[in-house]
Amino acid sequence: MYVAVKGGERAIENAHAWLAEERRGDPSVPELALDQIREQLKLAVNRVMAEGSLYDPDLAALAIKQSRGDLIESIFLMRAYRTTLPRFGVSRPVDTAAMACIRRISATFKDLPGGQILGPTFDYTHRLLDFALAAEGEAPRAPITEGAEPAAVPHVTEFLNRDGLIQEEPHSDETPGDLTRNPLELPANRPLRLQALARGDEGFVLSLAYSTQRGYGRTHAFVGELRIGLVAVEYDVPELGFAIHLADIELTECETVNQFKGSRSEPPQFTRGYGLVLGQSERKSISMSLVDRALRWRELGEDYIGAPAQDEEFVLSHCDNIQATGFLEHIKLPHYVDFQAELELVRRLRAEALELTGAPAMKEAAE
Amino acid sequence: MTAIAQTPTETDAYNFAYLDEQTKRMIRRAILKGVAIPGYQVPFASREMPMPYGWGTGGVQVTAACLVPEDRLKVIDQGADDTTNAVSIRRFFQRTAGVAVTENTPEATVIQTRHRIPETPLTEGQILVYQVPIPEPLRFLEPRETETRRMHALEDYGLMHVKLYEDIARHGQIATSYDYPVKVEGRYVMDPSPIPKFDNPKMSDNAAIQLFGAGREQRIYALPPYTKVVSLDFEDHPFVASKADHPCGLCGSTDSYLDEVIMDDQGGRMFVCSDTNYCSTRREAGHIGAMAAPAPAQPQERRAE
Amino acid sequence: MNALAQTPTPEVPLLAVRDLHKSYGARIGCTDVSFDLWPGEVMGIVGESGSGKSTLLSCLAGHLTADAGQVIYDGRTTGPRDVLTLSEPERRMLNRTEWAYVHQNPRDGLRMGVSAGGNVGERLMAVGARHYGAIRSTASDWLGRVEIDANRIDDRPSAFSGGMQQRLQIARNLVTGPRLIFMDEPTGGLDVSVQARLLDLLRGLVREMGLSAIIVTHDLAVVRLLADRLMVMKSGRVIEQGLTDQVLDDPQHAYTQLLVSSVLQV
Repeated sequence: MYVAVKGGERAIENAHAWLAEERRGDPSVPELALDQIREQLKLAVNRVMAEGSLYDPDLAALAIKQSRGDLIESIFLMRAYRTTLPRFGVSRPVDTAAMACIRRISATFKDLPGGQILGPTFDYTHRLLDFALAAEGEAPRAPITEGAEPAAVPHVTEFLNRDGLIQEEPHSDETPGDLTRNPLELPANRPLRLQALARGDEGFVLSLAYSTQRGYGRTHAFVGELRIGLVAVEYDVPELGFAIHLADIELTECETVNQFKGSRSEPPQFTRGYGLVLGQSERKSISMSLVDRALRWRELGEDYIGAPAQDEEFVLSHCDNIQATGFLEHIKLPHYVDFQAELELVRRLRAEALELTGAPAMKEAAE
Repeated sequence: MTAIAQTPTETDAYNFAYLDEQTKRMIRRAILKGVAIPGYQVPFASREMPMPYGWGTGGVQVTAACLVPEDRLKVIDQGADDTTNAVSIRRFFQRTAGVAVTENTPEATVIQTRHRIPETPLTEGQILVYQVPIPEPLRFLEPRETETRRMHALEDYGLMHVKLYEDIARHGQIATSYDYPVKVEGRYVMDPSPIPKFDNPKMSDNAAIQLFGAGREQRIYALPPYTKVVSLDFEDHPFVASKADHPCGLCGSTDSYLDEVIMDDQGGRMFVCSDTNYCSTRREAGHIGAMAAPAPAQPQERRAE
Repeated sequence: MNALAQTPTPEVPLLAVRDLHKSYGARIGCTDVSFDLWPGEVMGIVGESGSGKSTLLSCLAGHLTADAGQVIYDGRTTGPRDVLTLSEPERRMLNRTEWAYVHQNPRDGLRMGVSAGGNVGERLMAVGARHYGAIRSTASDWLGRVEIDANRIDDRPSAFSGGMQQRLQIARNLVTGPRLIFMDEPTGGLDVSVQARLLDLLRGLVREMGLSAIIVTHDLAVVRLLADRLMVMKSGRVIEQGLTDQVLDDPQHAYTQLLVSSVLQV
């Protein structure tokens, strides 16, 4: 006698209980506190905020803890939470020129107003495992120079812009579209592309950017400027008639200076790519600006050579890791109805084929 | 169904049926547009849901936008009420909307489904919500959304038949067994979601409203009641709604879609209804299949728990 | 256009082009192009690369949008209409019924992943054919007419030689009985002997079906064989036009003389 499989509900409950136990690991090891994650795994927190498109280090730390360090799962938790939040309004555009930079470098000029600020970077560290970290030691303190006042740090591309050496971005006060409120319809404009890239998967955007450097849509990019620091978020309150300062958030901004273009009628000018990411996320912002630049081929009158990074529909349809991972993993779900239909079809086709060749339908006939 | 241990805060933290009212209104507008243009894919601003894309987020959003507190919800996956993902989605709405649930098809006011249409004919007033992974029937012929939208707009569907032609040329028949494309009211070619082609005829002239939600792809489309839905075919190779040529081992039905179950490693197998509610209803009515236990009363009724 | 559109006489050209102009920024693609194409007539357009002949063909066929001018086509049911003002659905309908376009590279005009039969059948299905057997026998018949063995009907074009691919592209285009066919260097990438066979075939089909055609080529031998009339283009302008033999045997313009003397070895 056959009794069909039942009990999906209990299986789910038990699986989730097991998951919770596994998440905690060995109970004799002290549990991670959220502030430990927030402070000591800050770059993971930053990535979760950036791709979760929600600036909240504590929530991101919680998501990382809950997801056992699976960052895409953490991003998913953030996104699912984010959609439920009410919207009070939209802030003023943040002014990255007024950023309090902790890091600011330019690859195109040796020195420049505001100076090169190396900041807390992995650059020039030797990638040697530091076994002193394994032994619990007191953290080193960085030296502080007395009386060093942060100077104004103007954008590098502004220097080029002043001389007309770089293509000017069209100014617009138009409210950009919102990917999270309206369906993405193609072709998309640049604000929408940048939105999608800003929350796109770091690995995907990195690989695309890398592919442009290797010749699949080459744009000859230099980092005109990379800056990391705090900017003020201001909100216009209609009742008050002025803007109030809501918070300071950390951003990473990258502007690339790319190959010049020009023609008989227009003198040559450099072109730009742009990347802006929540938190400290250099790799992502540089990658984003390369991909942004590659996607601008039409606007800048370049040839479409069929490179993946030039293909807006390809890039925008596949950069979101939450969409990607969901659809990828859904093939774990039962598909036995479809599979059954395929099974019947293959059996029928085989039976017909065997009949034609006159071979005995051995195994299938025994059914 | 046993009541899920639910704390009041869990429900109160979210709006009825999870989505906020603004979002529901936006989805309802898309649904109405879809109903007004049967088979046309309406873009909508799909929200991130607390379940992964590809796991029914489109269907869940459509269901959430349709549900009212008086509704009685049925959720099936592969025709069954107790497959894990069906259980998970049903629980989600029990927690966030607190609506009554049922496994009994005629009792349900809203049915969310993945990959099947219930065997029991639907009636006026019922809503059938399909979970759709890829809403674009032309997608695997033409990967570009910009181009497929143009093809729909211009009714440029020759390529679809080229695909069917190639099937016959190679296999002697149309080798598509599920996700079989249809034409709606002589206008739009539509993807019926990955239901077996056996279910395709049930879509046509159906008394219920049929709504299709694709979350990841941000599309909603619809068939209002009694819409004409035709499976694409050739005059000399007409569409055939096929299924395994067996009766159900449990209820003896010869006209329901069957799952094949492997019984042992000696090649033993049996065929049972994929629609679990249909099968148990038949057994309760005294229909006994060849491989069912002799006693008519089967301990299958979970709803009695 | 009005004068043309209102003349109900049978003496209406199939295609009447007036003052067609297309530029790419400051550069002229083609300009001041006017001519009539009569039913059953084959027009050749010759010139060196960059002369604007391909731009002109693309504008006529609707692949490029002309900046100014008129292209009046005498449709079977619609009568004379300016195709530059057609809506996209109307243009697509024209493209799969009354017009045909043979690309230089058969890869651009064929579906390489679809069998020869499917390639020929596509236009039939696009206009509503729904009988598999009938589509297949029409496809098979057309393969015969372009000298492709009928037992290759289920093979993909990738398994065909260049000449066969080009003949398949022609069959795919002619299957719905078009009236006007555009050809862009149809013998371009082929060996000389294969070219000759293709030209023979084309000449036969054009005569037999009463087709009108516009052929762009840099090969004067092609137009000598196929074209009734000839236009010579240079720097985006038509510098000479007339009966083919007349132009080739007695070229008036210095450039045409150069072209004929340097290239024509027939």
